[in-house]
Amino acid sequence: MAALLVAAVCVAFSIGAYPVSPGELAGLLAAKLGLGSAAVAPAVETVIWDIRGPRVLTAMLVGAGLAASGAAYQGLFRNPLVSPDILGVSSGAALGAVLGIFAALPVLAIQGMAFAGGLLAVGVVLAVASAIRGRDPVLVLVLGGVVIGALLGSGVALLKYLADPYNQLPAITFWLLGSLSAVNRGDLAALVPPVAVALLPLVLLRWRLDVMTLGDEEATALGVPVRLVRVVVIAAATLMTAAAVSVSGIVGWVGLLVPHLARLMVGPAFVRLLPTAVLLGAAYLLAVDTLARSLGPVELPLGVLTAVIGTPVFLWLLAFGKRGWS
Amino acid sequence: MAGRHGWMAGAGAGLLLALLAGPAAAERMVTDSSGRRVTVPDRVERVFPAGPPASVVVYMLAPEKLLGWTRAISPPERPFLPDRYADLPELGRLTGRGNTVNLETVVAAKPDVVVDVGSTAPTFVSLADRVQEQTRVPTLLIDGHLADSARTFRTLGALMGVAERGEELARYAERTLNDVRRRFDDVPEGKRLKVYMARGPRGLQTGIRGSINVEALDVAGVRNVAAENLGNGGLVNVSMEQVLAWQPDAIVTIDRGFYESVWTDPLWQGVKAVRDRRVYLSPGLPFTWIDSPPAANRLLGLRWLGAVLYPELFPEDLREETRRFYALFYHREPTAEQIDALLAGSRPPG
Repeated sequence: MAALLVAAVCVAFSIGAYPVSPGELAGLLAAKLGLGSAAVAPAVETVIWDIRGPRVLTAMLVGAGLAASGAAYQGLFRNPLVSPDILGVSSGAALGAVLGIFAALPVLAIQGMAFAGGLLAVGVVLAVASAIRGRDPVLVLVLGGVVIGALLGSGVALLKYLADPYNQLPAITFWLLGSLSAVNRGDLAALVPPVAVALLPLVLLRWRLDVMTLGDEEATALGVPVRLVRVVVIAAATLMTAAAVSVSGIVGWVGLLVPHLARLMVGPAFVRLLPTAVLLGAAYLLAVDTLARSLGPVELPLGVLTAVIGTPVFLWLLAFGKRGWS
Repeated sequence: MAGRHGWMAGAGAGLLLALLAGPAAAERMVTDSSGRRVTVPDRVERVFPAGPPASVVVYMLAPEKLLGWTRAISPPERPFLPDRYADLPELGRLTGRGNTVNLETVVAAKPDVVVDVGSTAPTFVSLADRVQEQTRVPTLLIDGHLADSARTFRTLGALMGVAERGEELARYAERTLNDVRRRFDDVPEGKRLKVYMARGPRGLQTGIRGSINVEALDVAGVRNVAAENLGNGGLVNVSMEQVLAWQPDAIVTIDRGFYESVWTDPLWQGVKAVRDRRVYLSPGLPFTWIDSPPAANRLLGLRWLGAVLYPELFPEDLREETRRFYALFYHREPTAEQIDALLAGSRPPG
């Protein structure tokens, strides 16, 4: 798995619109590691160090984050059809970003609004779920997420409808399709803390999550504080997804597909599933983004590619996947 | 005036108007730019614009006949239009499935014609047909390509009964297009600048060959780096690596956020145009000069492109031409301060 990721990184670093020879790449890396001085043009250094490098790392972080939160949600809800946006985080982020573009805010503010919108949406869903008692809490959460997500989606649609068709509408459409074409080191720096902070509780809670897949009653009987674990996992997965989506735009399918692939490889135990999903998600999105920037002369939208690639793979899994859900 | 006599006088005047307007019931058959034959009233007094370019062109020709704007005039745009026109209501868009205006509203506004300015591709022909069928309002589709601005003014001017005004604006358009093209043609092959049009908050969306959004660049005949490298299409997303590989000599943009951030964003410092401080923000009020809406507002934008890209070939003071253009096309002469503020993005800040 790790070898796969390393291979993907090597390929990603050597492909690009700006021609960089392997020698220049090696020379630059050597120089950065303190092994002699590099004789590369400053433009090459900019391309590798400020553009391609941050983009490669961001693709991996976004992929890892989406896959990890997908795996966590699927375990939590005991349902393989769950993806990271089940509680409305993507719809909230989309509405936040679209509002930002609509108000012609600077990029940083647009990303901030996307992040806040994602967190806010899940916050509303959690509040709704805690207000409704006496029903299956998981069911209430999922239904609440679907309903709030639909409402936010109609907000996005309304803003697209009202947007200036020559200027704002293309910007909104491009953002919603997802892309890493504009990622810089600042985005990467903003993405690392939330993903790291969110991964930590998932790693620490991995045993308890396994127990919770047995069901609430059994888990409680085994001494797991079900409600607390659930809220912490939701918070962690939401934080990670919101951060990823605020940088990349809407990228679907990764959080649904990658945990399935990982489960096929190592089985459903969260203890092994989580690290596998993280590595696989990183490699998968990196590979897709490398395709996005090299398949055609123009950038292809990431969200479209993940769906085009994800659908047949998912169907194949559905038809021939040997290992089941539990 | 509110007394009985006032009412009588009003009724009398109304009657007189009705008599005078008698021939208004007469109709004529006209052919629009797409070749559609449409029966319109002899006197066209109330025009419903189908979209932003139509509202701009109709306003330029005969503002008193414009029923309203696609989108209400915003506070920053207001000072550039006479109040009575800035106050016109917001009507919405009439573009088939993407309508923001109810067809009943169109009928209720009692327009003599609906006018759409833009592409005459089959999609828009059938949309115009549908609007006309449902509303029973004659709907005209007028070609809006920048290079054909003179014909747009003449055709629409004749249709709206303001042929003289149409001729005046058409002459201006012809003079501008010929003059600007001639001077751009004088640029020797080796001195043709590679220009990148930056759109979107991050400046990484651009128009390639055939995109209506870069028509101003096409007419000016500058080298659009994205079009040269990516071929035909519309708006596309490109990556920073591509912009770095192209190394444009100059960047033009309509996005203020991008224009302000480009000077400090470390990535863009590797682009020749930014290093040379040759990034230019198109003036944008009341309508953007080089795009958005893509209508005849771009005529002045051609001179602006010339002035920022080849100052030696376009040495004249743009402020004087701006004053004339606004007075002629927008019916209000801007103040010196307004013109200076408009042109602020033509020089690098600081």
